Amino acid sequence: MSSVRIVHEPADKVRDIYTWSKSAKAEVKKILAKYPKDQSRSAVIPLLHLAQREFDGWLPTKLMNLVAETLDMPYIRVYEVATFYTMFNLAPVGKYHVQVCTNCACMIRGSDKILEAVEKLTGAKAGESSADEMFTVSEVECLGACVNAPMMQVNDHYYTDLDAESAKEVLTALKEGKTPKVGSQVKEAS
Amino acid sequence: MTLQHTPLSYEDRIFKNLDGSGDWSIKGYQERGGYDGLKKILTTDTVEIIDTLKQSALRGRGGAGFPTGLKWSFMPKPTKERPTYLVCNADEGEPGTCKDRDILRNDPHTLVEGMIVGCYTLGAKTGYIYIRGEYYDEANRLQAAIDEAYEAGLLGKDILGTGVCVDLHIHLGAGAYICGEETALLESLEGKKGQPRLKPPFPAGFGLYGMPTTINNVETLAQVPPILKKGVKWWTQFGNPNNHGTKIFSISGSVNKPINIEAPMSITLKELIEHYAGGVIGGWDNLQAVIPGGSSTPMLSAENCQDAVMDFDSLMQYKTGLGTAAIVVMNKDVDLLRVMKRISGFYKHESCGQCSPCREGMGWIYQLMNDIYHGKADISDIDKLEDLTHRIDGHTICAFATGAIWPVQGTIRHFRHLMEQKVQPKKTASKAKTKKSA
Ligand code: FES
Repeated sequence: MSSVRIVHEPADKVRDIYTWSKSAKAEVKKILAKYPKDQSRSAVIPLLHLAQREFDGWLPTKLMNLVAETLDMPYIRVYEVATFYTMFNLAPVGKYHVQVCTNCACMIRGSDKILEAVEKLTGAKAGESSADEMFTVSEVECLGACVNAPMMQVNDHYYTDLDAESAKEVLTALKEGKTPKVGSQVKEAS
Repeated sequence: MTLQHTPLSYEDRIFKNLDGSGDWSIKGYQERGGYDGLKKILTTDTVEIIDTLKQSALRGRGGAGFPTGLKWSFMPKPTKERPTYLVCNADEGEPGTCKDRDILRNDPHTLVEGMIVGCYTLGAKTGYIYIRGEYYDEANRLQAAIDEAYEAGLLGKDILGTGVCVDLHIHLGAGAYICGEETALLESLEGKKGQPRLKPPFPAGFGLYGMPTTINNVETLAQVPPILKKGVKWWTQFGNPNNHGTKIFSISGSVNKPINIEAPMSITLKELIEHYAGGVIGGWDNLQAVIPGGSSTPMLSAENCQDAVMDFDSLMQYKTGLGTAAIVVMNKDVDLLRVMKRISGFYKHESCGQCSPCREGMGWIYQLMNDIYHGKADISDIDKLEDLTHRIDGHTICAFATGAIWPVQGTIRHFRHLMEQKVQPKKTASKAKTKKSA
């Protein structure tokens, strides 16, 4: 993207070695089967997703190298993909990555209040992680759930039709190790 | 209110489970009539299918409104060396737009059936569905539907004994709005940065892996089987000529009941808002402006909204378009310039950086929108902003930049007075500047 993303990889957060687990290897095989044999490069985004999921939620250079080696691609070709797409985290993130949409439909329906509530509860401002590394908070672009605005995404899931109260409830539940209901937070779901 | 349009009957709706109240699975879909008549389509001459689509005047639902039948007719016949591909664009990301998400999670088999028919017609043995990466749960839902279809013999080899073979694969993106542009999507699917290609060559000649490829939106593909099954006459009873059919409208923002609703094309905007979305918060008179088709389409003033008709051609008279039919309503309580500044910020963030006028221009536009909003600009900056939009337009590889400057032009067209209230009169501003530099 247009803004340059310069990152620092904290040494204590980078593992010594990155290798695929047995289950991940099976997953790699499944992914590769989707594309023609001579087009394995197509698997780079799926493999970066997989790598991020398998190892700590972010992509240190060493891990990108693993993806490059798996696909027999030059390292730089993987770096340029990883740096282009916003879903790839180039720096460590908290256990829960809280992404609050602040684009038009959400803004009109009060995303200011959601962001404020999230920042207050987590103690992290947008773009930061909480001290206990439980939460990273981001302000993001439209997540395509505008008729259920305001909304946020936490890791893989959408929490929609929020107000400040329900946003706090979702995060509190996660913090306590519970599994909050995914999707609409209106009691009589729309 | 007395309605000017006849609401769609349950029978006429293509997305019968759009609201998710029923069963999304194959069982539910088949109970609603899904996959009925598929076998007949798969034994119909493909030329005839494309002819029917041409007559139906189905136009792409992803924003551009290009005639689907015509697009399909550009595809050469596949050969062993040059297989063809069908790619579904489910990279929904235009602010305000959220219809494909509800299709994917609530009525996924409508898309699966559309892909089967599309692949057959275009001679493609493989179809890819490129879904925005954030739709993780939605992609899992679609995958479950695809698995069900394989199980039922509706995908894979020799579908329903017709000899037709189709495999479908989901490919998740990773957060880049630009990948909704069809050639950027192809680049991304090939494992590269999502940067649009120069056209020509067009994807029908040189698409995925250099092979003939057609890219269609989720809603468009899902609408093909019903058109073929029920016929052109059924489809063309809805909407004005050249704009026929049913359409999902996403109505968000300052309405009492935000909703994704399937309605006949050429319905009035007012009826959509009042009848389906519970009306404007604070009443119709509290309406300030409406974005009619996603963030790229220039807004309509409240006065325009009085009789605007929602279809591709009708909206042109207001210098705007149907886009993705994502209607973002702003009542008088909304800080309109803040919303528009936020939208400019979005385009700055999402420019792929390939063309200088866009990469640099988006930053300048956002800066000016920001300065105007915060009263840091002077009155001449409004003209400068407008001039800048014209200098960017048409000087880039893809239509992204056009989509980014349109909303700015729309803001100036209808709400210049709001901008003027914010900025400093030229004299004092320039005086201040001279003082500083002196
Ligand atoms: S504007 Fe927030 S989800 Fe679309």
